[in-house]
Amino acid sequence: MAIIRDPSKESVQARMNRIRNKTLPILWSVFRYLLIIGITFIIIYPIISKFSVAFKDKQDIYNPTIYMIPVHFTLDNFKIVLDLLDYWPLLLNTMIYVFITMLLTTMSTALAGYGFARFTFPGSNLLFALVVLTILIPMSTLMVPMYLHFRSFDVLGLVRLFSGQEGINLLNSYWPSIITSATATGLKAGLFVYIFRQFFRGLPKEIEEAALIDGAGGIKTFFAIMLPNAIPPLITVTLFSFVWQYNDTFYTSLFMSEGALMPLKIASLPADANQFLPSIMGLGSSAKADPNYVALVVDTGILLAILPLIALYLFVQRHFVESVERTGVVG
Amino acid sequence: MKLRLSLTQKRSMLGLLFIAPWLIGFVFLFAGPLLQSILFSFSKLVISPGGYELEAVGWQNFKDALFVDANFNRILTESILGTVVDVPLILFFSLFSAVLLNQKFRGRALARAIFFLPVILASGAISAAETSGLINLVGNASVAEELGTASGQFNVLSMVRILTEAGFPITITDYIVEAVMRIYDIISSSGVQILIFLAALQAVPSSMYEVAKIEGATAYESFWKITFPMVSPLILTNMIYTIIDSFTDSTVTRTIYETAFKTQNFGLSAAMAWLYTIVVSLLLVIMGIIVSRRTFYQN
Repeated sequence: MAIIRDPSKESVQARMNRIRNKTLPILWSVFRYLLIIGITFIIIYPIISKFSVAFKDKQDIYNPTIYMIPVHFTLDNFKIVLDLLDYWPLLLNTMIYVFITMLLTTMSTALAGYGFARFTFPGSNLLFALVVLTILIPMSTLMVPMYLHFRSFDVLGLVRLFSGQEGINLLNSYWPSIITSATATGLKAGLFVYIFRQFFRGLPKEIEEAALIDGAGGIKTFFAIMLPNAIPPLITVTLFSFVWQYNDTFYTSLFMSEGALMPLKIASLPADANQFLPSIMGLGSSAKADPNYVALVVDTGILLAILPLIALYLFVQRHFVESVERTGVVG
Repeated sequence: MKLRLSLTQKRSMLGLLFIAPWLIGFVFLFAGPLLQSILFSFSKLVISPGGYELEAVGWQNFKDALFVDANFNRILTESILGTVVDVPLILFFSLFSAVLLNQKFRGRALARAIFFLPVILASGAISAAETSGLINLVGNASVAEELGTASGQFNVLSMVRILTEAGFPITITDYIVEAVMRIYDIISSSGVQILIFLAALQAVPSSMYEVAKIEGATAYESFWKITFPMVSPLILTNMIYTIIDSFTDSTVTRTIYETAFKTQNFGLSAAMAWLYTIVVSLLLVIMGIIVSRRTFYQN
């Protein structure tokens, strides 16, 4: 007997296949959106909740029916925090500080990265291994000697020679950060040297040879030809150095514990708020601030501290991803 | 008299010129302090108005750090264990996110922007302010507590029950619960790692995937046979980065800082710092060996 295929059965199977082929991608994309939205929510939730808290009036704190959107909007929290932090001068001060260190770090690390990528000199491999060592050693190891070093700063005993003093106390000035970033030993500088080196190694050697034949010296070649070609790592390094410097509490509290810088002020904001809130609200200095209200003010302060970064990020985020992709960290 | 140098000599001089800023910094602000720090760890350091005086004490500081100090032992172990737990989670999450963000879908640019937001916002200052704010809150009455539970953590207890009833061993349940509890920490500390993995994924030639598709490989197969081997060298990089990044905000670093500048015990602090360095280097070496054995290098 001939095997007669059941036409209806086959068509059912074909239809099933077709449905599966169509539904699987749709299911996957729904699943993917769920995942992405979930993770996004986890990342954004703290920021949103800070926004919600920042506009909340005092009387809304104890209202359990409020979720996220306050009933009584107010800008009082902002006023108090602007006052407590002395915000605008603080922000300006911090920006200047961060900008200077960022520029110096980028310059010194770009020079070093190029030097390691293109030149061979006695011990160049060993020296580069030492760059990697600077990345790997935790900074707390160097903390005390660095502190003492800048407490009585002296280069090869020159200061002592001329003024007879035991060196200059550079703490609580910009100098420790300026010196460390200009000499590529600052915050995560080793990593930046590494990034630049990887990128410059990836550029074709022919460009430099052409420049050399046309009569450009090594330094001119670097500034006129290599640096303009190194936009991706430049963006990456400036961005990271800016952000990390802005957020850094370790070096700032080590070198500038009394300085007016954003990270320090934010870290001490809870204590400050506790202390000064009663007198700001006109309750007299003996009164104790409501801890929930202090938390409210602290959250507002944190929001004000990260807002400049978020604003900057909105402008540069596109470059952020692209430049890291093109820096050649990977290859 | 003019100094005559060969071209190679000139080039090497030029190279030294380029790295000069770094070299100066390295000698005076890294190597010097590093040696000093070793010296400090074996001495008692007394700050005097004009500088400091050292008094050799041998291994005393190390003994104090390990056996006398009440907290250091515990903090060090906890911090290292925390890193060991976090590293696989961060690696897994960042690779997963990178693969996710590398696919084409509507709103990808926005999703990417948000996923990298934690890179910008990871701040020691903010976390410090937040913890002390929380302590403020918890120090208060029941209202504060209620507020805390209402706004914060989700309830993990039900998940623990489900997992144990499903017959998972206790250790795995613990690990999963731990991971869920720390999900914000994990997500917020994997920004750079996602970036690196994403860059690696972009570097994988698309022809490989085309070939795999023609040969009939499923998406799952092509992930394990193409994507994973191609990005595996970056797993090592990311692992090292994760471990280094964990120094920045670790309790050990804070303890070392406080030992030095609050209790003015600089020698003990240096000893602690060295112990930390040694333990972390061991960790790096061990994990490095484990990972690099399994790494696939295309070239």
